[in-house]
Amino acid sequence: MATQHQRSLARLMVAPSVILLFAWMIVPLAMTLWFSFQRYNLLDPTQTGFAGFINYTYFLGDPGFWTALWNTLLLVGGVLAVTVAGGIALALLIDQPIWGQGVVRILVIAPFLVMPTVSALVWKNMLMNPTNGLFAYAAQSLGFQPIDFLAEIPLLSIIIIVAWQWLPFATLILLTSLQSLDSEQMEAAEMDGASAWSRFRFLILPHLNRAITVVILIETIFLLNVFAEILVTTNGGPGYESTNLTYLVYSLALLQFDVGGASAGGIVAVILANIVALFLMRGIGKALD
Amino acid sequence: MTYKMRALMGACAVSALAVPVGAETLTIATVNNGDMIRMQKLASDFTTKNPDIQLEWVTLEENILRQRVTTDIATKGGQYDVVTVGNYEVPIWARQNWLRPLDALPADYDTDDLLPAVRAALSVDGKLYAAPFYGESAMVMYRTDLAEKAGVTLGDSPTWAQVLDAAEKMTDRDAGISGICLRGKAGWGENMALLTAMANSYGASWFDAEWKPQFDQPEWKEAATDYVNAITRFGPPGASSNGFNENLALFQQGKCGIWIDATVAASFVTDPGESTVADKVGFAQFPNKEGVDNHGNWLWSWNLGIPASTDAPEAAEKFVAWATSKDYTNLVATEEGWRAAPPGTRTSLYENADYKAEAPFADMTLMSMNAATPDKPSVKDTPYTGGQFVAIPEFQAIGTAVGQQFSAAAAGQVSPDQALTQAQALATREMAKAGYPK
Amino acid sequence: MARKVSTTRKAVMTALAWGIAIVIFFPILWTILTSFKTEADAIASPPRFLDFDWTLQSYAEVQSRSNYFSHFLNSVIIALGSTAVGLLVAIPAAWSMAFQPARRTRDVLMWMLSTKMMPAVGVLIPIYILFQRFGLLDSRVGVLVVLMLINLPIIVWMLYTYFREIPAEILEAARMDGARLWDEIRHVLAPMAVPGIASTALLNVILAWNEAFWTLNLTTANAAPLTTFIAGYSSPEGLFYAKLSAASTMAIAPILILGWFSQKQLVRGLTFGAVK
Repeated sequence: MATQHQRSLARLMVAPSVILLFAWMIVPLAMTLWFSFQRYNLLDPTQTGFAGFINYTYFLGDPGFWTALWNTLLLVGGVLAVTVAGGIALALLIDQPIWGQGVVRILVIAPFLVMPTVSALVWKNMLMNPTNGLFAYAAQSLGFQPIDFLAEIPLLSIIIIVAWQWLPFATLILLTSLQSLDSEQMEAAEMDGASAWSRFRFLILPHLNRAITVVILIETIFLLNVFAEILVTTNGGPGYESTNLTYLVYSLALLQFDVGGASAGGIVAVILANIVALFLMRGIGKALD
Repeated sequence: MTYKMRALMGACAVSALAVPVGAETLTIATVNNGDMIRMQKLASDFTTKNPDIQLEWVTLEENILRQRVTTDIATKGGQYDVVTVGNYEVPIWARQNWLRPLDALPADYDTDDLLPAVRAALSVDGKLYAAPFYGESAMVMYRTDLAEKAGVTLGDSPTWAQVLDAAEKMTDRDAGISGICLRGKAGWGENMALLTAMANSYGASWFDAEWKPQFDQPEWKEAATDYVNAITRFGPPGASSNGFNENLALFQQGKCGIWIDATVAASFVTDPGESTVADKVGFAQFPNKEGVDNHGNWLWSWNLGIPASTDAPEAAEKFVAWATSKDYTNLVATEEGWRAAPPGTRTSLYENADYKAEAPFADMTLMSMNAATPDKPSVKDTPYTGGQFVAIPEFQAIGTAVGQQFSAAAAGQVSPDQALTQAQALATREMAKAGYPK
Repeated sequence: MARKVSTTRKAVMTALAWGIAIVIFFPILWTILTSFKTEADAIASPPRFLDFDWTLQSYAEVQSRSNYFSHFLNSVIIALGSTAVGLLVAIPAAWSMAFQPARRTRDVLMWMLSTKMMPAVGVLIPIYILFQRFGLLDSRVGVLVVLMLINLPIIVWMLYTYFREIPAEILEAARMDGARLWDEIRHVLAPMAVPGIASTALLNVILAWNEAFWTLNLTTANAAPLTTFIAGYSSPEGLFYAKLSAASTMAIAPILILGWFSQKQLVRGLTFGAVK
């Protein structure tokens, strides 16, 4: 059907997006790649010249590197687990006939609309603070020693904060998907005496498959770059306990102003992210067709 | 567009242009401390005197400010005309020619009135590169009522052994009172400021003459062990994430027996409006280890500097001179009382009877500031200058990385020995990468 | 669902759903409440929920310290501007990908999404230097373009998934009837595409409004949006909970209200059209 003319028109229409994004990708990438082989520290102009692989060996040999890699996976995995499981449960609940469903939905949406820096500040200062925080007060009035969230369970605390921000996203997507579920099919299954669990397992879950895929895809893209929440709350510590790769690169780039080192870190992070992306896209590309 | 609308928009356009012809705009980056915010409020005094200069404020939290200003000044971005910088950055930046020397200060500015230690810290080759807005050293603040109850006396110049003993005796977990509050939050300007000063007073240093890190030396071991012990045994819950502000709140609420921190805190803890223990605070000099002639050498000042990349150097210098002048101090005193005067920069303030009458901590502050010797941070020979920091560009990063280790030790996750071993490895690695010895 | 349920069951479910919703909303509610307290009440123990002296003093303080309106205006300009430009670039692309899919369309889409995985912190300094060379620092145009670029992949992808839902036959039919291109767009396509575009725009406005890395680092004063405004309220000394809460409330209120009023579009936007 498509004529030569239409095909070239189609190319023309796609071109601006592709060219812009390509430029946005290639210019910083090329600069980063170049800098990653240079001795270049903003604070010390005397360091210059070709660095070979020194920046890379230092980044990969950083005592925090493996921890950061592991923390990145834990953070992405943890938040995904919480938001997908919590999202399914919450969506199932809101999908029940209840009074005031609209208002409930409004309340649940809210965290998604809050700036990440604001939510991190609020959680850190007003909820998780071991002296003045609300959680500490709750623990004390129940007779427990308050938990010092950001020192004792730093990574888990960050997972909680980030999951809170992303739970609405997962819930809403899953809810919309649930609402398109064929109710006759459900009723038929109920008539056949299928238990609630088997209805969930064999009817609902397969139906949600596509929605879950979308949630995982979009969240992963954002979660790999979580950084503001860590900067505001724990600064990556204590030790390296809540340092992820992005934060490690940050500390090189904007604490040490070691442009060479940060560039090497950036390249490593891009490579790792693309490995994740490759797996992700494979699985998801199939599910979305 | 109706006529009315057009008239309205015209009016807006006119009012937007209602700026004196030839006006210069100064973009000023400041930290969001109380003193700086007060300066912003009082700045109309400056703009009335200088109608041809307009001020634009960028007020940021300390870490973001440092990140923004450093990026801009090092890339010569030219975004700011006046920047708020610490005495850590000033000499480093001055040597890179990133700051303009302040050589056109008005005659009545009286540079000789600046506290000698502060002035020395802001000068390179005899030229002043930034003007101090307020300054601080560190000292001991303690609850006189609790000390009496526990039967301990600290005197003017206690040793660490006395302080730790007092902390133990003042601790009363049932009453929610922690014997000692110390900074535990990781950061070169947070826990490492305290710990470095503490190590100095134990006779330790960061680097030997060959720039070899010294965390494997006995003085560091002793200082770190005492620090971790104090914080875990007599410190408040969550001490490893407490910085200046958190400890201030704790002390004001009466939850700390002893607090060793910056001298500026004194005016907050004795402010009856904010502090529940305002009339029960005693002051003493930063402790030292018995036999070590060093009281930490803590010296910090927030200063106003002018980036070399500014396009309005004269207006900027006028502003810097105004904000750090004696007149400004008097202006604050008239508007908000002497207590609010920016401390720690000028000798004349400490000779002012009105100020001394309102500030019971004035003498101890002055004594602490004058005792600081930034050119000789430790009793050992060092290749660097500084005090609670090491004045090299790499210190921010190394200090913060090492700070994470000690924060983990304060949280009880690693032992002091493990933290020291890690710190030694980290510092060695970073120094090698940065190409030391230079 | 048309099933009949007992009132008891409905009541229990309602209570449960409301309980969870309130827990989720609580941090925001608490922030808003705290913004009306004095600093002393804000850290009072036991915490005070409603029985405190309601005061606007924190708002007054915040207003006297920073120019909220100018930050707000910058946020609006940057969020709306980046969305508008983004749509302008993305609509043709998504359109042709949906109706004229080439062999590589899926690969191109996935590649676009993968550009979002580059850690921004690693490239700040190169970009800062570029911006400085081109005089774009602290300009609304500069930030607007960067935000447009970082969100472009999401916009293209969302629009693509919407447009794919429009049956191609409708286009053919309209063409057969001899409709001119303009009529075709106006009467056939627009009604089907506009809701998807609206949802995409809405989601993008939210993402742009909340973006806090580039906006903070590439602006100084003239172009500084609300993210910069917030960065001045986490204080290193003195009590700050009430002021922080007031500033936070002021920063999130506009987008919260927008989100609530356009809830339907937002939900559709979040579902990426791909989920049915």
